[in-house]
Amino acid sequence: MKYVDEFRDQALAAPLLEELHRSVSRPFRVMEVCGTHTMAIFRSGLRSLLPEGVKLISGPGCPVCVTSASHIDGILAMAEMDNVRIALFGDLFRVPGSSGLSLAHASSQGARVDIVYSPMDSLELARKNPEELVVFLGVGFETTTPGIAATIMAAKNSHVDNFAVFSTHKVMPPPLMALLDDPDLQIDGLLCPGHVSSIIGARAYQPLAETYKLACVVGGFEPADILQALILLARQIARKEAKVENAYTRAVSWQGNARAQQMVNEIFQPVDMEWRGLGMIPESGLAIRDSYAHFDAEKRFDIKLEPAEEPKGCRCGEILKGKEQPPQCPLFGSRCTPTNPVGPCMVSSEGTCAAFYKYGG
Amino acid sequence: MNSKNCILLDHGSGGIASQELISGLFLKHLDNDVLASLEDSAVLDNQPGKLAFSTDSYVVDPIFFPGGNIGTLAVHGTINDLAMRGARPLCLSLALILEEGLDLEELERVIVSIGVTSKEAGVPIVTGDTKVIPRGKGDKIFINTSGIGIVTEGVNVSSTMAREGDVILLSGSMGDHGITIMTRRAGISLDGNLASDSAPLHELVSDLLDALPSGCLHTLRDPTRGGVATSLNEIATASGLTAVIQETTIPINNEVRAACEIMGLDPLYLANEGKCLALVAPERAEEALQIMQSTSVGKESAIIGTLKRGTPGQVVLRTNIGGSRVIPPLHGEPLPRIC
Repeated sequence: MKYVDEFRDQALAAPLLEELHRSVSRPFRVMEVCGTHTMAIFRSGLRSLLPEGVKLISGPGCPVCVTSASHIDGILAMAEMDNVRIALFGDLFRVPGSSGLSLAHASSQGARVDIVYSPMDSLELARKNPEELVVFLGVGFETTTPGIAATIMAAKNSHVDNFAVFSTHKVMPPPLMALLDDPDLQIDGLLCPGHVSSIIGARAYQPLAETYKLACVVGGFEPADILQALILLARQIARKEAKVENAYTRAVSWQGNARAQQMVNEIFQPVDMEWRGLGMIPESGLAIRDSYAHFDAEKRFDIKLEPAEEPKGCRCGEILKGKEQPPQCPLFGSRCTPTNPVGPCMVSSEGTCAAFYKYGG
Repeated sequence: MNSKNCILLDHGSGGIASQELISGLFLKHLDNDVLASLEDSAVLDNQPGKLAFSTDSYVVDPIFFPGGNIGTLAVHGTINDLAMRGARPLCLSLALILEEGLDLEELERVIVSIGVTSKEAGVPIVTGDTKVIPRGKGDKIFINTSGIGIVTEGVNVSSTMAREGDVILLSGSMGDHGITIMTRRAGISLDGNLASDSAPLHELVSDLLDALPSGCLHTLRDPTRGGVATSLNEIATASGLTAVIQETTIPINNEVRAACEIMGLDPLYLANEGKCLALVAPERAEEALQIMQSTSVGKESAIIGTLKRGTPGQVVLRTNIGGSRVIPPLHGEPLPRIC
């Protein structure tokens, strides 16, 4: 498979690993921001090969994991309504709300719930079921938002009126700032997300590097990409530098994707957003603009999100902040497993707890 | 489609409509002397050896897919379950639960496939049953097949027979069936030749049993739902050993890998319907590999790992880049990822 195999090849990985070992001058902690990075690191077995003293901490970059329980409660309330069909990406299916119930339970009780592979598929569902209102659950960071913006535009242009989006979209730099303001979080660098950066550009991390004196490197998702990013991070840390570097140039530019940014701005506007485990973060979410209010499920149903308590004993909040590791949670592996997840970090395949459970610490 | 060429509740009544279905469709395509007697049960000649008995129900959406359909699965699946204990499949039963309104032409396509598949495998359908349920109470067609097989005296193939040092072989590429069904269900059309691997494994198994010295073939498993990962976990648990497999040696088609990348799925957890894992004493592993590769269903067979002393019940994958990770059994249905 082109553009994949060559970056998973041991012939390439072995010299990169040697170089990483040479580049490490002192122990350091790097936060991998993106859930896909977390998964890739586990799946490739990279953790077992890293130099001693290089510690990777999983950050808040799994969009499903940071979806708040109150948002899930809102989604479950919609799923119970007559003539409503919920369309979603698969990861969200088993995420529990404050009652511990999920869309998987709602589906078993007769709610119409469809897993789709692209937001455009949900538009097709709306066309096929004109008597229903199809609500697509818009979850994700900058990577997924442009596709959902395009879907809303397509719905408007083709007059598919029985379609709406429930937006819990989030944007990446603000939660990192909220995390980095916490003096307990001791990290030396950020492995910045590749896919998000293909939209917002590597320049988005410049304020982080300057304000928090952090080494920031954008990395791709194959083992060789991650190793290259870690080498650049190790070198910056050794030289006491704090700048933004791009180790994923085949996908990410300094400026990002202007057209995608413009589409997102056309449909969405920044709002304060509640994050699971992190609380309310100013301007960290995206809501649908009034000019597209017809396609906004929250407005159409007049949904009032009630504050919801996190499940008792669940340490997802601390894990999302990178302060604790999953095995430190009292529920991990006993009450909370991928089959019966309590917290969101276990339910998404990108979640830190799921990765720990599946692939070992 | 009008009501003349679809399944009616009458077809399950046991009356004239049922008789027409049996004589006009089932006997036409599944004909053999035992079935044709239309008695309440099939009476089989006594055979030397031990009996193996297995049953499986088949529900799949869509019912037709590249590489097969629900009928081929129902025949191959039960044949393979028998073969995985070292049994020579003797005969199958066929029970159909049909949804009112099912297109008769679709039913005929399934029955023709069952007839062809069972004849090719040399395993006849000797008894059967049909029920019809009201529209909306089922999903087109559900099938149950049960099978009886004969285990020759001295043959003992089971998960508990796996031993430290055993070599793990896989009879070909993994994930073909699972990804074919998932992409069809999702309406994702991909270039290339994604197709189910639905195939009978009993001849491959009998070739192994015939050629290898007695007691060298320890364990067979067909990694259906839950995939190679889950079957290996079951073997590791039953044997109290650790299965260590090499990512670079596991056969997988490029189309399957690409589709898994797109959908965020791990091919180790995808269903197979024509593949088996074989655990063989190390001194006979190369010979077993050659035998498997010489069969029509095992051309791409490969040695993928070994059973070692270690954490009991654990499966460890040595990755492409030389790292290692634990492979747990499947939890819940594999779901595609967000990005």
